[in-house]
Amino acid sequence: MSEMDWIAIGTIADIPLRGARCVNTPEGKIGVFRTAEDQIFAIEDHCPHKGGPLSQGIVHGASVTCPLHNWVFSLETGKAQGADEGSVRTIPLKVEDGRLFIALELRASKAA
Amino acid sequence: MTERLVIIGNGMAPGRMLEHLLEAAPSRYQVTIFNAEPRVNYDRIMLSPVLSGEKGYEEIIIHGDGWYIKHGITLYKGHTIVAIDRAAKTVTSDHGVTETYDKLVIATGSVPFIIPVPGNDMAGVLSYRDLDDVNAMLLAAQSRAKAVVIGGGLLGLEAAAGLQARGMDVTVLHVMPTLMERQLDPAAGYLLQRAVEARGIKVMTKANTKAIVGNGKVEGVELADGSVVPATLVVMAVGIRPNASIARDAGIETNRGIVVDNGMRTSDPDILALGECAEVGGQVYGLVAPLYEMARVAAAHLAGDQTAGFVHSDTPTKLKVTGIDLYSLGDFADGDDREEIVLRDAAAGIYKRLVLKDNRVIGTVLYGETGDGAWFNDLKKKQTDISEMRDTLIFGQAYQGGSPLDPMAAVAALADDAEICGCNGVCKGKITGTITEKGLTSLDDVRAHTKASASCGSCTGLVEQLMSLTLGDSYNPAAVQPMCKCTDLGHDDVRRLIKAKGLKTIPEVMQELQWKSSCGCAKCRPALNYYLVCDWPDEYADDYQSRFINERVHANIQKDGTYSVVPRMWGGVTNSSELRAIADVVDKFEIPMVKVTGGQRIDMLGIRKEDLPAVWSDLGKAGFVSGHAYAKGLRTVKTCVGSDWCRFGTQDSTGLGIRIEKFMWGSWTPAKVKMAVSGCPRNCAEATCKDIGVICVDSGFEIHFAGAAGLDIKGTEVLGLVKTEDEALEVIVALTQMYREQGRYLERIYKWAKRVGIAEIKRQILDDADMRTAYYERFVFSQKFAQVDPWSERVSGMDKHEFHPMASVGFAEAAE
Ligand SMILES: Cc1cc2nc3c(=O)[nH]c(=O)nc-3n(C[C@H](O)[C@H](O)[C@H](O)COP(=O)(O)OP(=O)(O)OC[C@H]3O[C@@H](n4cnc5c(N)ncnc54)[C@H](O)[C@@H]3O)c2cc1C
Ligand code: SF4
Ligand code: SF4
Ligand code: FES
Repeated sequence: MSEMDWIAIGTIADIPLRGARCVNTPEGKIGVFRTAEDQIFAIEDHCPHKGGPLSQGIVHGASVTCPLHNWVFSLETGKAQGADEGSVRTIPLKVEDGRLFIALELRASKAA
Repeated sequence: MTERLVIIGNGMAPGRMLEHLLEAAPSRYQVTIFNAEPRVNYDRIMLSPVLSGEKGYEEIIIHGDGWYIKHGITLYKGHTIVAIDRAAKTVTSDHGVTETYDKLVIATGSVPFIIPVPGNDMAGVLSYRDLDDVNAMLLAAQSRAKAVVIGGGLLGLEAAAGLQARGMDVTVLHVMPTLMERQLDPAAGYLLQRAVEARGIKVMTKANTKAIVGNGKVEGVELADGSVVPATLVVMAVGIRPNASIARDAGIETNRGIVVDNGMRTSDPDILALGECAEVGGQVYGLVAPLYEMARVAAAHLAGDQTAGFVHSDTPTKLKVTGIDLYSLGDFADGDDREEIVLRDAAAGIYKRLVLKDNRVIGTVLYGETGDGAWFNDLKKKQTDISEMRDTLIFGQAYQGGSPLDPMAAVAALADDAEICGCNGVCKGKITGTITEKGLTSLDDVRAHTKASASCGSCTGLVEQLMSLTLGDSYNPAAVQPMCKCTDLGHDDVRRLIKAKGLKTIPEVMQELQWKSSCGCAKCRPALNYYLVCDWPDEYADDYQSRFINERVHANIQKDGTYSVVPRMWGGVTNSSELRAIADVVDKFEIPMVKVTGGQRIDMLGIRKEDLPAVWSDLGKAGFVSGHAYAKGLRTVKTCVGSDWCRFGTQDSTGLGIRIEKFMWGSWTPAKVKMAVSGCPRNCAEATCKDIGVICVDSGFEIHFAGAAGLDIKGTEVLGLVKTEDEALEVIVALTQMYREQGRYLERIYKWAKRVGIAEIKRQILDDADMRTAYYERFVFSQKFAQVDPWSERVSGMDKHEFHPMASVGFAEAAE
C-alpha cells in the first residue's frame, strides 16, 4: 500500500466529549467522533438507511445512534448493530499529541 | 582498562541502572554523575507522603552519600550539564566542570508543563516535581490559606490531598468533565470526585484557566468564564514534557523524547538515554515500571550484553492518597469487538469494570476494592482464556461459584427514612415495618395499610421490591418493563430513586442504580437527562450530549440534514413588522420553503446548519424567541379570536392563550405538550384533541386534558370548571408539573393519565388545594432556570462547535 497522506483536521479538544463534529471533504461529509473515553473515530457522515447525518446522533460507548431513525452503528467498524443491516465507510484517522489527521482516498490515489 | 561512564541526571532510572551494572560488571567503569538537583537519588514517587506528612525525606532516600563513596562514584550535586561535545566526547556543567566520557547516559527526566497563561511566573505559582517543590509547598501551607491545584490527574490529586492534610483550603481545577480521565472511565471518575470532595477538597471540572491574577504575588486563578477562585498558592500539575533539550542541542535525534532503539541507544553509538526523557518504539513513559525495564536493558548493554531488548508492558495506575483505592490498567475503551463486565455496589461505593476481547482481559478499572487488580493484571499479561470463569470473573480470584447480581440491592441499601411514595409521603421503614407487623402479603394490602403507591402508582415497582425484600421468595412481584438494556429498573423506579437518593448527575445515577453499561445508550441517556433537569432545576447542569440533535441545536433536523426554524408567535398572533422580519430572513438566507404550521405559526425549512446562528440573530433582533418546535417541552398554544372579535366569544381566549404561553414557554416535559384555548364550545382552536385545552364558557373556563391527534386519536377528558383566568392558569400549570414529575420519558399526557387515572389527577389538582399550590410553586421555581431563550444564547456564541464543521479539507489545492 502506498504511504498515507495525512491531512490535519483539528484537535481532540475541538470535539465535545461523547460528541462529534463533521469535516467537509470532496468525498462528502465525514463525521469525527469522540467517545467518553477519548477514543476518536472517523466515519462517513451518511447513514446507509436514508442518509441521516450520523455526526448529529447520540454517542454512547463506541457507537452512535442515527438521528433520523435510530439505527445504531459501531464507530470502529462502521457496521450497523442489532437487527439492522448496512455499514458506513470508516476513514483512517490518527491522533498525535492531541492533533487529529485523516487520510482521504482521492488524495491517496492521486498521490499513488 | 576502566572506561569512563558519565551520567547526566541522578533520578530513579539511572539509579536502578547502576545497581544492575555494579552487579554485572562491577569494575568495568569509572562512573561520574551530574545532577541538577543538589542531592542524592531518592524515591520521587514518595514525595506525596512527604508532602502529606506521612513520611520524612530521609525515609525516601534510595542511595545515601555512603553508597556513592562505597562504589567509588563521583556525584556532582547541583551541577546542570549545559553542553555535550560529541566530537571531543566531553560534557560541561554550569559550574564549569568538564568531564570526558567513553560512554554517556542521558537521564534528564521530564519537566513539568506550565500552562501558557498570563501570571504563570508569579511568586506563589509552583509545579510538583522535586523535593524543592515540596518544601516550597510546605512553607506556603503554614499560612493555612487557600490553595488551587490546576490539574485533576494523579499528581494534582496527590498534591491536593497533601496540601489539605497540611491544613490548606484546597480547590482542584480540572479542565475535563471527570477526574483522571486518562486512567479512569467516567463512572470511576465520578466515585473518585465524590471521595475527594468528601475529604473537604473542592473540585471544579470543565474549569478552563485563563490567567493567574495577583499583584506580584498570587491572589487567585481566573477562569474562562471570568470568575476568580481565590488562592495564595497555585500548584500546576497538568502534565510533563520529556526533557530532551541538551540532547537536541547536541544534534542527537529527538522527537517527543530522545529517540532510542530497544537497546536504549541513541543515534550516537556511544550515548544511551533512559528514563522519562527517552522515547522508545514511539512511546514515552511516565511511570517507573517501564523505566526500570529500560534500566535493566541499558545496564546489560553497558556490561557488554548486546542482546537485551526493551519490551513494552502496560503499567497499572494507582493513586497514593490514603483511603482512596483505585486501579486502572490497559485498554478499557469500548469497542465493537470487546465485551465489558461491570459490577457496581452502590452501598459500598464499589465499581469494577473488565474489558474483554476474544475472551481475554485487555483492561480493567477498579474503584473502591482493588485487591484483585494484580490478578486481573496477571490474566491480562498471560492472555488467559477466561471463558470458563466468565460468569464469576468480576467477583475476583477468591470467588468460587456465586450468585448473580442482586437487582434489589439499590432498594435494600436505602435508609429507613428514604421516601418511597411521594404522593402520600410514605418512607421505607413505614412500609417494611407495616408488612412485618401486620403480616401483609399482597400489594393491595400494603396500599390499604400504608397508602404507599395508592395514589399515582408510580412507586409500585419500589413497593413491590420492598415486599420481596421483606417477605423473601414468597412474594412474586409483577414484572416491570426495564428502561432499556442498561438497567433492570423501570422508568418509575428510576425516577423515584433519583428523588429518594438525591442523585444529581448521570454518572451518579448510573453508579448508584447499578447500571450495567458504563456510558448508557441512546434510550436511557436522554431520559435520565430529562429526569435530572426536572427534579433538580437549579443544580443539574444539562448534558447536551445526552439530548437528541433537535434539542441540542434547537432546530428540527430534516430528511436531507438541513434544519427548520419556527419562532414563537404567542398564541398564534403576529403583526406586520414580525412578518416583514421573517420575509427579510427568508430572502437573505434564500430559505427554500416557508410553511404555516398546524400550531398557528410559521416554519422556515431547508436552512443549513451553519446558517442557524445568523438566522436566529436576525430573528432575535425582531423580537422573536425560539418556538421550541423541536422540544420535548411546551410547543404551541393555539387560540381563536374569542370575545375580542367573534360574535360567539365568551372570554378573551386569545389573551389567555398568550398568557399561558408566556408563562410556560421554555419548560421541558416528558414528551411534547401542545395546548389550545377556544373562546366558546364551537371550539375553533380544536382544544379538545390537545394535551391540555381550555373551552371558554359564560361561567368560566373548562379545563380539558389528555387528548391526542397523532398516531392515536382521542378526545380530551374534562378536568373541571374554574371561574377566573388566574385559576385556569394555576390549574394548568399544576397539572403540567404533575405530569413533568411523574411522566415517563416520551410518554404523552394521555398515556400518563391513563396509567395514573383521571380520578387521581382530579384529586391532586382540583380537590387538594395544597398539592395544587405545591405543584404550581415547583413549576414556577423551575421556570427561573428554564426561561432562557436558547437562540439568543447561541447567537452569543454558546455551543459554537455545533454549528460549524471542524474543517474543510482536500478541496482543489492548486498550489500543491
Ligand atoms: C509527586 C510524584 C508522584 C509520582 N508518583 C508515581 C507513582 O505513584 N508511580 C509511578 O510509577 N511513578 C510516579 N511518579 C513518576 C516517577 O517518579 C518518574 O517517572 C521517575 O521518577 C522518573 O525517573 P527519571 O530517572 O526518568 O527522571 P527523574 O527522576 O526526573 O530524574 C531526572 C534528574 O535529572 C536531573 N537533570 C535534568 N536535567 C539535567 C541536566 N541538564 N544536568 C544534570 N542533571 C539534570 C534532574 O534534576 C532530575 O533530578 C511520580 C512523580 C512525582 C513527581
Ligand atoms: S371558538 Fe367560539 S369564540 Fe372562538 S372563534 Fe370559534 S366560535 Fe368564536
Ligand atoms: S405527518 Fe409525517 S410526514 Fe408529515 S411532517 Fe409529520 S411526521 Fe413528517
Ligand atoms: S437515515 Fe439513519 S436510521 Fe434512517
